[in-house]
Amino acid sequence: MSWEPVIGLEIHVQLKTRTKMFCRCAAGFGAGENTQTCPVCLGFPGALPVMNRRAIEWTIKLGLALDCEITEHAVFARKNYFYPDLPKGYQISQYDLPSCVNGKVLLPTAERDRVIGIVRAHLEEDAAKTVHVGGRTGRIGGADASLVDYNRGGTPLVEIVTAPDIRSADEAKRFLQLLRQTVVELGISDAEMEKGTLRVDANVSVRPEGSDELRTRTEIKNMNSFNFIARGIEAEVERQIGVWESGGAVEQQTYDFDAATGTLTARRSKEEADDYRYFPEPDLVPVEPSRDLIDALRSEVPESPAARIRRIEPALDLERATVLVTGGLDVLWDGTVAAGADGVAAANVIANTLVGAGVDPGTAPAAELAKLVDARERIPRAAFDEAISKLAEPGFSADPYLVQNALSDTDELGPIVDRILEANPDQVEAYRGGKEGLLGFFVGQVMKETQGTADARVVNDLVREKLNA
Amino acid sequence: MIDTLRLTAEDAISLVERREVSTAELHAAYLGAIAERDGELHCFLRTCDEPHGSSIPIALKDVISTKGIETTAGSRILEGYTPVFDSTVAARVKAAGLSVLGKTNTDEFAMGSSTENSAWGPSCNPWDPSRVPGGSGGGTAAAVSAGLAPWGLGSDTGGSIKQPSALCGNVGLRPTYGTVSRYGVVAFASSLDQIGPVAKTVRDVALLYSIIAGRDPQDSTTAELPEVVALPEGDSLAGVKLAVPKQVADLDAIEPGVRAAFEAALDQARELGAKVGECDLPLSYRYGMPCYYLVAPAEASSNLARYDGVRYGPRVAGATFGEMVDHTRDAGFGPEPKRRIMLGTYALSAGYYDAFYGQAQRVRTLLIREHREALDGFDAIVTPTSPTVAFPIGDKAADPLAMYACDLLTIPSCLAGLPGLSIPCGLSEGLPVGLQLVGRQFGENGLFRLGHALEGAIGFDTVPERLR
Repeated sequence: MSWEPVIGLEIHVQLKTRTKMFCRCAAGFGAGENTQTCPVCLGFPGALPVMNRRAIEWTIKLGLALDCEITEHAVFARKNYFYPDLPKGYQISQYDLPSCVNGKVLLPTAERDRVIGIVRAHLEEDAAKTVHVGGRTGRIGGADASLVDYNRGGTPLVEIVTAPDIRSADEAKRFLQLLRQTVVELGISDAEMEKGTLRVDANVSVRPEGSDELRTRTEIKNMNSFNFIARGIEAEVERQIGVWESGGAVEQQTYDFDAATGTLTARRSKEEADDYRYFPEPDLVPVEPSRDLIDALRSEVPESPAARIRRIEPALDLERATVLVTGGLDVLWDGTVAAGADGVAAANVIANTLVGAGVDPGTAPAAELAKLVDARERIPRAAFDEAISKLAEPGFSADPYLVQNALSDTDELGPIVDRILEANPDQVEAYRGGKEGLLGFFVGQVMKETQGTADARVVNDLVREKLNA
Repeated sequence: MIDTLRLTAEDAISLVERREVSTAELHAAYLGAIAERDGELHCFLRTCDEPHGSSIPIALKDVISTKGIETTAGSRILEGYTPVFDSTVAARVKAAGLSVLGKTNTDEFAMGSSTENSAWGPSCNPWDPSRVPGGSGGGTAAAVSAGLAPWGLGSDTGGSIKQPSALCGNVGLRPTYGTVSRYGVVAFASSLDQIGPVAKTVRDVALLYSIIAGRDPQDSTTAELPEVVALPEGDSLAGVKLAVPKQVADLDAIEPGVRAAFEAALDQARELGAKVGECDLPLSYRYGMPCYYLVAPAEASSNLARYDGVRYGPRVAGATFGEMVDHTRDAGFGPEPKRRIMLGTYALSAGYYDAFYGQAQRVRTLLIREHREALDGFDAIVTPTSPTVAFPIGDKAADPLAMYACDLLTIPSCLAGLPGLSIPCGLSEGLPVGLQLVGRQFGENGLFRLGHALEGAIGFDTVPERLR
């Protein structure tokens, strides 16, 4: 039997507002422990929350970017539980009346757009950060002591919940790339997994292909890169298929993904079910954004990454278009092509050479880049690489690099090629035996020998000619 | 010689302004009165020896955070807790030049009607120290009656300002919900808690209300006052229409002596030109109490979750975090907060929420509507404030339901968010009886005018007989 994964994601995005969600403490990293705190975010007796207007607006903006309905009456609730990182004994979070509902993200694929439903996007406050000292696991159980840094406590956090519409680990990864790019382009979050400003949990189940049932799902947490998320999901899908195929049944459970070993560890199941005793937060009033505000925010939402992929795809292909858009490179690509460069060549240079050199695509001059893309096979490789690496420097001009000529004299290159072929008799034999992919190896060796000054096209032709001789 | 028993806040202010008495002398006079009488009454949990303002002193209920002054809310779980910030009301009274005289006793977390639930022992009624001063704000009310403070601030969730004022024979205002900031006031039930003044006269209450009221950016539930607070003048009630709820006649809980004093006050109102009619509040009297005892404990169960021993207050060790929290809360909370935390936790539990908390909120909406309709054509709803006079200490301590019934008459308008003023209207068995005037939302000025005219006609002597 063939199995189909059913995957839903819960994504937490930390907003980069200047201040926290419910008090005027600075939000953000780097300050000494517990220095960004006040009576409100420490939960002192009598302290009251006051909403951060910007966080509300950014949440609505994100909702609009995810094609959500913006609710006219959203309500913050209290989620009650005890934990050292939760100073009030409850978290303030939108619950049954969130700001954004019923959205969708289009995921361009080779055939048609896949539609990933967004069930809701709601605003809440982040918990503080706890470090458990001593003990084996680094978790609270068995620790000698727990130290709490309340700087992060109360930072605005948007939780985005997808419908279980995702069908593979790869699709999950591609969805997250698009979502991350959307958030970054809205300017509302850095959305960096390694910093914890973007966190993802995955709900995973499997079902027989063609069926529309929903089987018991498990939750995977603690995955801190898109690749780990894909690997975690793959591992869980495989595990669940194994369980069903061996006649067992998947049990509802939460797993942590260990990236080092690629394994899933079940969390100790709780003795009793969680009951968070949600009720509307009586210290706050409902969020009722005006039509005018929503319209104004809508006008600030840029074209979606998915739409841009579809727009530039015809000049390239889906893969390259996706890389450009999700890497935030497509604006530069647009400009470079508009300045006359070949689309595919420009895409390759931007996605590989430019990104590899760590050049900021936001400040690189497209017109100069277009000249370089155009001349990339004419000028020495070393000069090209150097030019690209200096592209974003103030006042950069491609002109000095364009006049450098590559070594293209076959009389000069011939003996070098001969030397390379002589030094690698095994590879020569393999090539002649049909492994034509080795051509690049010989070209690379020649480029290395000439320190990048050779004309790659000429070398290419020369090597092929001599090998086929 | 300053007679703190008779001195109103208004007169005290004018003595200071005319430089007949200094702020320091006045402060010392009240500290002297406290030294003389508070050993018996136990109104103050702590006093402040030095005045810091330019005007007169004020007593603050111990749920009101005061920077640098221990604030325990009558609970062991906050023993030794000294706020690093002032509540908005404390900041406003200080900005008006008032000096904090001390922190007054309260039932633990303002949960109670007698101050017997204070972890630090009960306060006593100045009219008869074997009796309770009411609660939860018994400390403030008793202090004002006994001349230990010219005025004070209390907090009222279901009657904690009005009922003690009635039992101690002074004037107390529970303002319209949202007119006074709750910022920095230890929360009991957020959607019901209001801060308000207690004093000897309606004018004093109005003056103190004018100091503390108005929108506070730190409390999202506050609103700007639609009109400035006017100190009441005049003695006529011509054209005023008062409504007595039909249901009051059938309430057996109202003692005959209380009823007699209430009727006499209505007669005086008529003599001043008021018309007394009848209104109907069937749902309010039938469901007000059960509704309150779902909403208030539910919110309290959440508001009291922050007392976990992690950041402040005493901590009782445990092998794990959970154990530490359990031990700390077990040792820190008295029986009444524990009872209400359990009630509230249950009312909010999955599967019960809709039947309990959700239903109570729907009932509350009905009570708001019912009060609005009842006030249609009337200036105020009048009832006795408390069904009984002050009762002996220990009388109801073992019977929570009997204690809860003390607030039978004050709870409905609290649920409706409406302002209520209690003024003394006579004696029964030698103990004060309070008259409750409930007005429209933001109708404080009307209540002040009414209360002022009535108080003049009634001529109640606020000094307890045994202290005259």
